[in-house]
Amino acid sequence: MSSSNKLSSTNSPTLQGFLRSDGRKGIRNCIVVAYLVECAHHVAREIVDSFRGQPVHLIGFGGCYPNAYADRMMNKLCTHPNVGGALLLSLGCESFNRHRLAEEIAKTGRPVSTVVIQQTGGTRKSIDSGKLWVEQALKQIAEVPRAPLSVNELVVGTVCGGSDATSGISANPAVGRAFDMLVEQGAATIFEETGEMIGLEDVMSARAVTPELGHELKASVEKAAYYYKQMGHASFAPGNAEGGLTTIEEKSIGAYCKSGDSPISGLIKPGDVPRKGGLYLLDVVPDGEPRFGFPNINDNAEIAELIACGSHVILFTTGRGSVVGSAISPVIKICANPETYERMSDDMDVNAGKILRLEASVDEVGEEIYEKVLDVASGTQSCSESLGHQEFVLTYKSFEPIGPSCLPM
Amino acid sequence: MQPEGKSRKLLRIHRDDNVLIVVAPVRPGDRDVIDGCEVVFTQNIGIGHKVAARDIRAGEKVYKCGVPIGSAKEPIPAGAHMHLHNLKSDYIATYTLDKDHVFVK
Repeated sequence: MSSSNKLSSTNSPTLQGFLRSDGRKGIRNCIVVAYLVECAHHVAREIVDSFRGQPVHLIGFGGCYPNAYADRMMNKLCTHPNVGGALLLSLGCESFNRHRLAEEIAKTGRPVSTVVIQQTGGTRKSIDSGKLWVEQALKQIAEVPRAPLSVNELVVGTVCGGSDATSGISANPAVGRAFDMLVEQGAATIFEETGEMIGLEDVMSARAVTPELGHELKASVEKAAYYYKQMGHASFAPGNAEGGLTTIEEKSIGAYCKSGDSPISGLIKPGDVPRKGGLYLLDVVPDGEPRFGFPNINDNAEIAELIACGSHVILFTTGRGSVVGSAISPVIKICANPETYERMSDDMDVNAGKILRLEASVDEVGEEIYEKVLDVASGTQSCSESLGHQEFVLTYKSFEPIGPSCLPM
Repeated sequence: MQPEGKSRKLLRIHRDDNVLIVVAPVRPGDRDVIDGCEVVFTQNIGIGHKVAARDIRAGEKVYKCGVPIGSAKEPIPAGAHMHLHNLKSDYIATYTLDKDHVFVK
């Protein structure tokens, strides 16, 4: 109710960002140390561990066989606006194209170096060599120019994990309100979880800015339904009537309502970065027949995809109490369940459980989330960040590029 | 949200909703004020369940979180429990349940 007043008082606050060569701005300035096969993971981790407390993050791809999706993800992550430079760790015989990745990063003006363990002389020498480079790179990225950053330059993603019956009636609708406020201010917001939106295809399609996009949105949910069925996953069993859920639409609202009420401006796939503000659906379900198993093996695989789409910040709702954070972009935890919040408050940034105790309205918690986004964007650490969480997961997937109707002008 | 007669048991999630969510157990004889009208509950209703925020006509769309979740099978008075007996899905399912409750195309 008071959201419009609140908005005018916080209208386009100016933050400071780290200016990158493509014009995008980061809210963090970290070095990523990226292993390009599991065989280089240990060396990469040893390097990162020696910079504890400094902005040096570990990411990587464990597979030895090539995968176009993993290539693209690594490229987008290493050139994310929150990333100032990258050290690549290669064993030497894996099939990941380390040359192309290093070239793409170098093109953006970021410092980049590749340590090939077999050429460098093994574990110890590679760790020493990598540490030396990171020390220099940290000094170099401290010189990155700062520039004013407006809310309309932010990209904010949302995901839920460790959900319970409270998620859909407190934290998720509150994130929806925060998304509406962000979109109103010109930010780009991204939601996903098409596999949990069965029954709402038509409702969602009707929100698309063009009928053609509406068709694509509907098709993405149908694709998810088929894919999960092939996985033998019971995600679409009807809701638990005992808990008060009556229809399949109602069950699906839990995930869907995080999107808020804004029109849907586009459908993107992992690695597609929205070029303007608005609300976007991220289609995380692979194209074609299932080949590599579940679309996303856990919450962090989804978070990595939201970040590859440019997300500066992730809004993570949880009822049972997830503790994860992420490499590269801060994760803000919104706790749906008041009892979980009391038990795990160190890990939770926002207590949406207040809504269930009738101590705050959905709108009020939505405003609190919006303010928390700006606070974290201005440099304040989120709970998971300050606790040192930097989880990262990247697995095999396959996608076709998005169609021409997915991003209407 | 509800400056007058703020409910201690019922949560309104979205301004467009015509259902309210029960956030504390409701027992027969409990009273509550819903949008200015006093309602006396006649049955036990558990947390997470829904009640009508106002009188709802038969066939009227039912909104939760601002999203249509189905339509009323019969006239539903304000404060009445809303569940399988008076609310039905409007989703024409591509995927339906077989006798073993398994999704089939």
